[in-house]
Amino acid sequence: MMRTERNIGDKIFDTVVYTFIAIAVVVCVYPFIYIVSVSISSGAAVNRGDVWLYPVDLNFEAMKTVLGYKQLWISFANTVFYTVAGTFLNIVFTCLAAYPLSRKSFFLRKKLNFLLAFTMYFSGGLIPIYIVVTGLGLYNSRLAMLIPVLISAYNVMICRSAFESVSEELYENAALEGANDFIILYRIAIPVIKPTLAVLTLYYAVAHYNDFFNAMLYISDRNKEPLQSFLRRILLQASMEIMQTTSIDMAALNQSTLQVRYVCIVVAIIPVLIFVPFVHKYLVQGTMLGSVKG
Amino acid sequence: MLAGKNILKKEKKRLLRKNLNRDKYLLFMIIPVIIYYLIFCYFPMTGIVMAFNKYKTGSGLIGLYTSEYVGLKWFSQFFSSVYAWRLVRNTFLLNFYSLIFGFPIPILFAVAVTQIYNERLQKVVQITTYLPYFISTVVVCGMITNFLSPSGGIVNMALNKLGIESINFLSLPQWFRPIYVISGSWQTFGFNSIIYVAAIMGISPELYEAMRIDGANKRQIITNLVFPSIRPTVILILIMTLGRLMNVGFEKVYLLYNPAVYETADVIQTYVYRQGILSNNYSYSAAVGLFNSLINFAIVFVANRLSRKLTDTAVW
Repeated sequence: MMRTERNIGDKIFDTVVYTFIAIAVVVCVYPFIYIVSVSISSGAAVNRGDVWLYPVDLNFEAMKTVLGYKQLWISFANTVFYTVAGTFLNIVFTCLAAYPLSRKSFFLRKKLNFLLAFTMYFSGGLIPIYIVVTGLGLYNSRLAMLIPVLISAYNVMICRSAFESVSEELYENAALEGANDFIILYRIAIPVIKPTLAVLTLYYAVAHYNDFFNAMLYISDRNKEPLQSFLRRILLQASMEIMQTTSIDMAALNQSTLQVRYVCIVVAIIPVLIFVPFVHKYLVQGTMLGSVKG
Repeated sequence: MLAGKNILKKEKKRLLRKNLNRDKYLLFMIIPVIIYYLIFCYFPMTGIVMAFNKYKTGSGLIGLYTSEYVGLKWFSQFFSSVYAWRLVRNTFLLNFYSLIFGFPIPILFAVAVTQIYNERLQKVVQITTYLPYFISTVVVCGMITNFLSPSGGIVNMALNKLGIESINFLSLPQWFRPIYVISGSWQTFGFNSIIYVAAIMGISPELYEAMRIDGANKRQIITNLVFPSIRPTVILILIMTLGRLMNVGFEKVYLLYNPAVYETADVIQTYVYRQGILSNNYSYSAAVGLFNSLINFAIVFVANRLSRKLTDTAVW
């Protein structure tokens, strides 16, 4: 008797749980399916409001128009540069900061750790930072996309606790064999904390790929603008620049504005959609990193 | 007395030289980092003096220190304006509603996800729900703007089908907070649930088994075992969230708002940006920014104290 009661209760429970999950998945996936469907339907079908879920009158005109627009590729190439160079510099500097701060014998350890932590409590604020960066002549320089976000104090702390968990014996043995700290860092410490570095690489790379704030502050030259600045003009400032490159008449132009925007969204998120599932394992580890540090 | 001091000084010098010699490679490593922090974090902090003087556009870095001193003029100007209360209220409310609405969902979702016994399915569900977290703010705001557009946006098209007239959501002040909070929750609930999923997976299977043998059903297991087990994680995350209570995601507000909805949408950071970067009132906006930094400092400080007391881990 008790057994069947439990089974009925569990069945109801399972139904509730799976309904909840199904709703959550649909809510997350549907907007993207809709955007993809709009971008590969015919302009007329989109305009009539026929597209709700799947593509209607399969048509790649809007896709072709967007992919043929030069500024998209210029900004995309810039973003690739900012992401690759920026992430590389991030990781190098994060390691250079975290490794000395992790060594218990380092005589400046406490003071520097305090100075690092203090920057998380307090900052000069937007305006003084803006004046310093532009005052150093970085306005409209590609460096303005890399330097102001060179190190994240939070990530240094994650990296530091990873280095701290490396056994002292490994360090001591290497030191006895005459290795200096640069060699120890490169040959021993970094290989040991590779999983942590993978997570940090992911976080830094995503931040660079999505960075729009620094570009808004410091980059006005279109030859240096990142993808996000370009997207902002198209998606949010109703820029017609893409449509002006083709010779369609005004009616068709209005019709395709919305579609062109959705195509831009598709193009922009494809790299993310491809990349993120591969790092699922590291991501799960990554959220644990934040919670174990003391 | 004097000789004693001298010996002490010498001893200190000797110790320093010994330390420098032993740690020279560590020093070489960290010197670039120190220089970076001095220029891009600590130097701007000293630039805060500009909030107390009259910085002239184009006077460069030197101008930060050489401009005319005006005392608390900018602060009194700000606090006597209509903006002060509105900005503080909007900043607080956007975060407060996000917390109330957005905080419980990842916890409930994590509990649901861990009920899936098929590992593959569980992974797929997790990936699809945290993907939006990695989409850029520009794209998310582009999606919101175009979905809600009165001309051809899917939401208004659906409303029209139901016989409701189109609503111009983004130019109505009463819609800004719901749009901000719901879209924020949509974007983050999957990602924020990862840590709770990890915490639930960490519960020993023996405890489940023991409860099963005692005749507990699934619902009882959740309320009597799972929720108590993840309580420390929940408290930790709650405190971290509280620490950011006056720190709104500037980009999203900036990309979604327009003058028609400033009443509910304008926050301290967007005001600082408009006044400083767009209108060149550098000193005034630096003062407003300093006010914001001080509030944040106080909140983070309290949150950190709280965290140390409740969970034995300092977050920062």
